[in-house]
Amino acid sequence: MRAQASGRRRTAAAAVAMTVALVMPGCGGNGSKGSGDTSEVEVFSWWTGPGEADGLAAMKADFEKKNPGTKFTNAAIAGGSGTQAQAVLASRLQNRKPPDSFQGHAGAELLDYIKAGQIEPLDSFYDENRLRAAYPGQLLQQITYQGKIYSVPVNIHRSNMLWYDPGILKDAGVSAPPRSIAEFIAALKAVKDKTGKVPLSLGAQWTADHLLENVLLGDLGTDAYNALWKPGADWGSPAVGKALADFAEIMRYTTLEAASTDWQGAAKAVVDGKAAFNIMGDWAYGYFTGSAPNGLGKKAGTDFAYAPSPGTDGTYMWLSDSFTLPKGAPHRGGALAWLKEASSKEGQDLFNPRKGSIPARKDADKTLYKGYLEYALNEWNRPGVKLAGSFWHGVNAGKRQHTDIDTAVGLFLQNKDVGKLQAALAGAAKNSGP
Amino acid sequence: MTRRARTWLPGLLLVLPSIVAIGVFVYGLIFWNTRVAVSGRHDEVSPYRFDRGRNFADLWDQPSWPGAVRHALLFTVVFVLGALLLGAFLAFLMDKGIRGEASFRAVYLFPMAISFIACGVVWRWLMNPAPPERAVGLNQLFGELRLGALANGWWQDPDWGMAAMALPAVWQMSGYVMALYLAGFRSVPEELREAARVDGASEWKVYRHVVFPQLRPVTLSALIILGHISLKVFDLIMAIAGKQIITYVPAIATYVEVFDRHDPANGATIATYLLLAVALLVVPYLVWSVRAERAR
Repeated sequence: MRAQASGRRRTAAAAVAMTVALVMPGCGGNGSKGSGDTSEVEVFSWWTGPGEADGLAAMKADFEKKNPGTKFTNAAIAGGSGTQAQAVLASRLQNRKPPDSFQGHAGAELLDYIKAGQIEPLDSFYDENRLRAAYPGQLLQQITYQGKIYSVPVNIHRSNMLWYDPGILKDAGVSAPPRSIAEFIAALKAVKDKTGKVPLSLGAQWTADHLLENVLLGDLGTDAYNALWKPGADWGSPAVGKALADFAEIMRYTTLEAASTDWQGAAKAVVDGKAAFNIMGDWAYGYFTGSAPNGLGKKAGTDFAYAPSPGTDGTYMWLSDSFTLPKGAPHRGGALAWLKEASSKEGQDLFNPRKGSIPARKDADKTLYKGYLEYALNEWNRPGVKLAGSFWHGVNAGKRQHTDIDTAVGLFLQNKDVGKLQAALAGAAKNSGP
Repeated sequence: MTRRARTWLPGLLLVLPSIVAIGVFVYGLIFWNTRVAVSGRHDEVSPYRFDRGRNFADLWDQPSWPGAVRHALLFTVVFVLGALLLGAFLAFLMDKGIRGEASFRAVYLFPMAISFIACGVVWRWLMNPAPPERAVGLNQLFGELRLGALANGWWQDPDWGMAAMALPAVWQMSGYVMALYLAGFRSVPEELREAARVDGASEWKVYRHVVFPQLRPVTLSALIILGHISLKVFDLIMAIAGKQIITYVPAIATYVEVFDRHDPANGATIATYLLLAVALLVVPYLVWSVRAERAR
C-alpha cells in the first residue's frame, strides 16, 4: 500500500516536472539592450560553401588580430543564395533576437528590414571611416534608400556574363561572341541548324529570371533598364514588349529539361561541350576552374570562354554581399568593429580572391586578382563603366516584386504568352510598394 | 489530499503536459493562424486589421493559385488511388502465400523508412526528362531497351506532370498500405473462408463476397492517411523540383507567401484552406469511427 502511494507520488512529481519543462522555454527573457559592448560579435551569413567559407575565415583571423578583446562567433547557415538562412534570420529579427551583424544582398532586398525598422542607417559610420570616397559613387547611389545607406558592401559579383564553348561556335560558323541581342538570336539559330548541340543551356526557373534581366539590359540599355526599377516605371512600353518578345524567342533555343537542374548543371553543359552558350553570374567561373570535388578543373580559353552578355558591354550588372547593423544588436561595439573590417581594404582583399569575387572598394590591391578576376576588376574600375543593379540578386527589386516576377516567369514558361508576361511584370512593379 | 483526489489527480497531472502542449501548439496555433488569415496583414509591419476574410476570395485572383490547387488535386488522385491499389494488390499476393514472404514484406515496407527528401533526390534523377540520348535514369533505360517512345517529360509536363510527381510517393507509401491490408486479410477468420468454400464459392468469390467486405475499415483508414499526406506534400516536391511554378502546390505556396513574398495573411489563408481540406477527410472518419465504437 505504502509503496504504491509513493509510486503514485513519484508519477505526479514527474508529471509536474514535465509540465514545467514544457512551459519554461516559452518565457525565457532577454534583458540585455543594444550598447557599445565590444566583448563579442555574432556574424550571421550564408557563407558556408567552398571558397566563401575560406574567405570568411581569413577575414575573421584578421579581425581577431585587430580586435583581440572581441570574441568572434560565426553564425553561418548553409543553403544556396541564403534561402534557409533568410528564413532563420526573419524569425530571429521578428523575435527581437538579432545577430550583431547579418549578410544581405545590398540594395532593395534590404528594404523589408529597413521598412520594418530592423536595421540602422550607417551614414555616420561611412563618414567616420571615409568610405564615401572609397566606394564608387554610382554604387553608393544605387544602394541609397531615401537618402540613407544601410549596408556595407564587401564584394561585387557580375551577373551579366556570357559563357560559351569556342569549339561549338566555330562549328556553327559564329566567329565572335554576339554583341547584341539580335546577333545572339542569330548565333543561337546557327548553333541549332549547323550543330546537334543545345544552343543555350538553362536550369531551374530562377535561371530564366536571370536570363530575363540580361535580355532586358541588353535590349533596353543601361539607363532604360535602371529606370524600370524606379517608382512609377513604365513596364507596358513597346520597348519592354520588344525585349520580352526577344526573351520568348531566346527561350525557344533552350533545353526542354531545363527545370530539372540548377545553374551548375546548366553551366556545366557548356564546359562539357554539350551546349554552346550559358548566361550566368561570374560565380560560374569559380565553379568551372576550381579543383574537384567542388569545381570542374577546366581552363578558360580552351574549355570555355567568356564575354559580357549580349548588348551589355561597358555595363556592370552588379550584385553585392554586404553587412548590416541590426537595431538592438546585443554587441553594437563588436558589430561596428566587424563592419569596419568588412569595409576595409585589407578585409576585402583577404576575402575576395578566395570567394572568387572582386572588392567593392576602388583601392584594391590589383596584384591579388588573377585570370577572370583581373579582367573583372579592370572592367569594374574602367573609366565610364555604367552600373546596373541585378534585380534577381536583390539589388533593385524588393522581395515581393522579386517573387511576383518569378511567378510571372514561371507561368510564362508554361503558357509562352508574351502579352500576359508583360502585364504580370507591370502588375508586379505596381504592387511592389513604395 | 483526500482519497478521491488521490485517484484522479496523478492521472490528470500525467496527461496535463500533453493537454497543455496540444492546447498551445495545436489549437492555439490554429486559432492564431486563422486570426492572421482573416486580417489584412499583407506585410510584417502594418498593425492587425480585421478584413472579414476577404483573403479567402482574393486568393483565387492570384495567378499562381488555381494551378496550385489543380496540381494538388491531380497529385492526390494519382497518389491515393495508386498507393491504395498497389498496396492492396501486394497484400493480396502475400495473402495467397508466396515463398519468402517475410523478406518481400520487408522490401516493400522499407521505402516508408526513407524520408521524402531522400526519396525525392533519387527520383529526380530517375525522372530526368532529357531525351534518351542525353538522359540519365528512366528515359535512358527506355532508350537502351529500344522503348524510346516511352521516354517523356515526367514532372515537367505542364498538364499531367503532377501525375508523374505522384510516382515516388506511391513507391514510398504503397508498402505501408500493403501492411495495413495484410493485417486486414489475416484478421478474417479462416472459418469464414472455409464455410464459403464448402458452400461452393470459387476462390475469387471468397475474396469478393467474404474477405473484401470486411476490409472497409482498413480501406477507410488507409484513405485518410494517404489523403492527408497528399494534401500536405511539401518536402518531396522541394527535393525534386524546388520552388517552381510547374510543380506549385498549396504547401509550397504557403512557404513562398510567408518567407519569400513576406505576406503573412496570404500564407495563413492558404494554411487555413489546407486545414479545411484535411478536415473534410478526417471529420467524417471521426464521426464514423465514433459511431462504430458505439455500435459495438
